[in-house]
Amino acid sequence: MSAIGDLSACEAAAAFARGDITARAAVDAIAARIERFQSRLNAYAATAVEDARERAEDLDRRRRRGEALGRLAGAVLAINDNFATARGVTACGSRMLAGYHAPYDAAAVARIVAAGGIIIGKTVMDEFAAGGTTETSAVGPARNPWDPSHTPGGAAGGGACAVAARLCHGGYGSDTDGSIRLPAAFCGITGLKPTYGRVSRYGLAACGSSLEQIGPFARDARDAALLLSAIAGHDPRDATSAPLPPPDCLVPPANLPRGLRIGFPRAGCERSCEPAVLASADDACAAFRALGARIAPLAMPLLEHAAACLRVIAAAEAASNLARLDGAHFGHRTAEKAPPGGDETEFLCAASRREGFGAEIKRRILLGTLVLSSGRYESCYAKALRVRRLIKEELERAFESCDLVLLPAAPAAPFKLGEKIADPAALLRLHVFTAGANLAGVPALSFPAGFAGGLPLGVQLLAPPFGEGLLLQAGHAFQQATDWHLRAPPGVAGEEDA
Amino acid sequence: MSVAELLTPAQVEAAARLARLLLNEGEAAAFAAQLAPILARVQALDELDTSNVAPLARLSPLANVLRPDEARPSLGADLALREAPDAAGGFFRVPRVLGEGGGA
Repeated sequence: MSAIGDLSACEAAAAFARGDITARAAVDAIAARIERFQSRLNAYAATAVEDARERAEDLDRRRRRGEALGRLAGAVLAINDNFATARGVTACGSRMLAGYHAPYDAAAVARIVAAGGIIIGKTVMDEFAAGGTTETSAVGPARNPWDPSHTPGGAAGGGACAVAARLCHGGYGSDTDGSIRLPAAFCGITGLKPTYGRVSRYGLAACGSSLEQIGPFARDARDAALLLSAIAGHDPRDATSAPLPPPDCLVPPANLPRGLRIGFPRAGCERSCEPAVLASADDACAAFRALGARIAPLAMPLLEHAAACLRVIAAAEAASNLARLDGAHFGHRTAEKAPPGGDETEFLCAASRREGFGAEIKRRILLGTLVLSSGRYESCYAKALRVRRLIKEELERAFESCDLVLLPAAPAAPFKLGEKIADPAALLRLHVFTAGANLAGVPALSFPAGFAGGLPLGVQLLAPPFGEGLLLQAGHAFQQATDWHLRAPPGVAGEEDA
Repeated sequence: MSVAELLTPAQVEAAARLARLLLNEGEAAAFAAQLAPILARVQALDELDTSNVAPLARLSPLANVLRPDEARPSLGADLALREAPDAAGGFFRVPRVLGEGGGA
């Protein structure tokens, strides 16, 4: 058997259920790896190893007693730093919430725990998910395990890094604008953004409320199916959660449905991505064709507008949601005193926000405030909402003739930390292929599909709303025919558990 | 209109006041320069004719969600105030809003 830390989530859960490994041994193996690699990779914002050990010993006791345990029992998992947990800090990658203890567990966290999952820590993210590289994180960027001088992608880059570097068996992030799919692609793992409404957002720190969804970071599509199945389903505490049973995809079939049609807007992709990325998408199409799918040409002229459209809407929602951080209720409060004669309460709020927020989230708040102000509301915010409808309709038209749509996950291979952080337009372009699924609310699966210069490339498949089962089936079939997802970053896999 | 003209430092300052955000020295100019290229990409949306397209603000169906009107446990004052930077007597405490002698 592989070293315990090298196991996938499915393998770890199965080995635990058989009694081949104890949960305690799984936690110890993962904790040893975190100890070893954290300083190099900065995947975790905070770990809770002692809590995880206690929980593991409880699971081991219950298994010895013959109790029925959940489907995640034995798997050691990471969650994004914006999932509320009653224990430990929920900082959202921000100085504003450094040391903040949430009063309750997010719905997804409660479901992970109820399913037997062992949460070992919270992973690094861009501040309030505003970024595509983790460089806006208040605790420093996470690093790409394939080359630590490179970004793991963002916003939820620490989670993808942790899964790729075997610092957990699986993880969960949130995806407002590719925050799961971009880092999954950059780190060579599988990431799923579920349909809007598939997973409860109760206890997810609200930022882009009409766009974001919680989803899994996984070693492969099978793991993604297992991890999704544990958290999906209706929750009355989230009014946008869909009253549907979880998707029936726990064990995806290994073959493609007969006659599957995959649309590929090649010309639109070519305009927006590097040649190596386009080549990997072409190769993925060829692999799907060999599996019996039909690859259909598709025109998606609105693709190039999706990232700007989403940025306006996300900024407006962030400006509104983050208004609650005011120095009075929770989070950072300034120690500065108001200037004489000034409005002390107003100063308390505005100075606390100046100190607590980093530059990028300030820019998003300002952009959101600008597009919601009377001078720009119609020309920017309402315009973006109208374009959002056009983009959603464009995807709906695609799904009239195709079962799935294939796109690159990112327009470029992973790049060096620092390379693009001063170029706002280049950073916006990173989201060209991910924005559409968030704007339309459809599910999308990002998975490894090649390498460029030793760094991973990913493609994604999009499905109609609530089509996660088909997505995971297609991803799983692809992974039966290819081995991109089996490659591990140099120096992290196959080591003895110390 | 050039990209730089899409956003002036004065407009950033006005937005910062609305957003209740004090800016550091030089940030108004820096943010204006950094956000202008984003606004240029937003302006490019004008190429698309949306004259007969209704805005789409939310994806979930707009149906009222009702539940029985029954008392349920809630967070409670102690827990709600636990993270307050300054709390007293069951309240969040902030600086004096009204002037001495009940003015304002």
